Amino acid sequence: MSISVEEVFETVRMTLDHHFDIRTVTLGINLKDCMDRDVDKLAARVGRRIIEKGKLLNKNADFIEYKYGIPITNRRIAVTPVSILLEPLAKKISTAVKLAKALDKAAQKADIDFLGGFGAMVQKGTTRAEENLIDAIPRALSATNRVCGFLNLASTAAGINMNAVEKFGHTLKDLAERTKNGIGCAKIAVFANVPEDNPFMAGAHHGIGEPDFSLNIGISGPGVVRSIVLQNPDCDLTELSEVIKRTVFKITRAGELIGREIAKLMKVEFGIVDISLASTTSAHDSVAEIIEAMGVREVGLPGSTAALAMLMDAVKKGGAMASGNVGGLSGTFIPISEDAGMIRAVQHGSLNLQKLEALTSVCSVGLDMFAVPGNTPADVLSAIIADELSIGVINNKTTGVRVIPVPGKRAGQIVHFGGLLGSAPIMSVPKVASDKFILRRGRIPSPVTAMKN
Amino acid sequence: MTSKNEPQICIVTVTGADRVGIIAKLANTMAEANINIVDVNQKIVEENFVMTMAVDVAKSTSSMEQIKKRLDKVSREMKLNITIQDANIFKAMHRI
Repeated sequence: MSISVEEVFETVRMTLDHHFDIRTVTLGINLKDCMDRDVDKLAARVGRRIIEKGKLLNKNADFIEYKYGIPITNRRIAVTPVSILLEPLAKKISTAVKLAKALDKAAQKADIDFLGGFGAMVQKGTTRAEENLIDAIPRALSATNRVCGFLNLASTAAGINMNAVEKFGHTLKDLAERTKNGIGCAKIAVFANVPEDNPFMAGAHHGIGEPDFSLNIGISGPGVVRSIVLQNPDCDLTELSEVIKRTVFKITRAGELIGREIAKLMKVEFGIVDISLASTTSAHDSVAEIIEAMGVREVGLPGSTAALAMLMDAVKKGGAMASGNVGGLSGTFIPISEDAGMIRAVQHGSLNLQKLEALTSVCSVGLDMFAVPGNTPADVLSAIIADELSIGVINNKTTGVRVIPVPGKRAGQIVHFGGLLGSAPIMSVPKVASDKFILRRGRIPSPVTAMKN
Repeated sequence: MTSKNEPQICIVTVTGADRVGIIAKLANTMAEANINIVDVNQKIVEENFVMTMAVDVAKSTSSMEQIKKRLDKVSREMKLNITIQDANIFKAMHRI
């Protein structure tokens, strides 16, 4: 094997100039065998396992980072949906909060910044333990720093659990009130068709179909893709798709190699590579700017949906060629607050909630990290969620919502979350929408497209 | 550095302005850690001076972290970008 100077330079440049990184290595940990009727015994077992494996994950990720010279930005843990662990315990909010605090403490001791899995699968109905978990979300997520939550509220096979969707509107409002700028709401995402092996927060969890441990990789690289699009300003779209595919092939291969090596060092199974493009607050590490480099004047204007559809299709094709283990979300959330181009487009009026929803229907995963006025009624939040989840249900894909009703803020103002979460312009949403529709509750039946057997 | 018998090839990449003494300085750094230089190439790529040096770290007395820190020092002294990466990353990315 001989690698040319040009090839080496291409790789080196991706990391030095275009922010290429492994966005996350996420270790999925099964906790089902830790279950107990005594919450203290459960918490102790869970804590020991997370601390041991978390430290090991950090150590091995550091080693591989030095070996390959590619930054591994986040090291995270995803656990068995916590509602399952709560099943044998007393149906008290304080029990769920206690467990959340134990998870938070363990993550802190292991130096893991986020731990996902405080959630439940309730697409068809809700058990008493799941009901208790949902009731505990405002207290649990406001009393912890590192614990992330998820709820699967819908699936193509089950339809949409509108009882839970209706309730979650209130849950979000309560959580927002308990945390500064509503930041607690950044730590929970709700889904239709949630993947069990997604490595990205806030929705990561270790699904019930997973082995004891599973190491999943989330690659990134909007900056790399943007750069290659900029280098091809005049080619037609067919050729542009090819260029993007080739680039994504390369970064996915790097991700797969790194994931496999870390899994081997940890003596756990390698799970999947998630080939989502994930924006960051760094300059030019932006999905919006890729769309704009493709020739759309500003993301959100007509042409954006077609451009994003083509971009993500090319990303998936490149990724699928590179790895036989593509999984997770492998679409991309298009977070408003973490993408400078998206923020700009909202401020200029090019991008609104309606267009954002349209963008999520072709390829990406959902409405992510967008802020709305704090006085948005709970039923409007539920209606926004129901709309987004219905796109996933009907089209047999994952969709998700992570919305932050920021207390005391009005549309047009900006809220600074800081760090990885960036800043978000408060988007305008109606104050009255579909209250009667939401209050009907019940379950939206699964669509006819689900009848495949 | 799991096996001391099989070669473990890494690529040191230098980018920046070409100047006297780059190879000498790097060769010295490598020798201090008992790292053998296998191959050296250099080229102007898209108006950038790029030098790649293939080295075998299998018998190295230093960890990758220590080597990287020493190279960072050279990088600052000579005002160059220097990276070191296991060669398998390039194979994964550029060969099917």
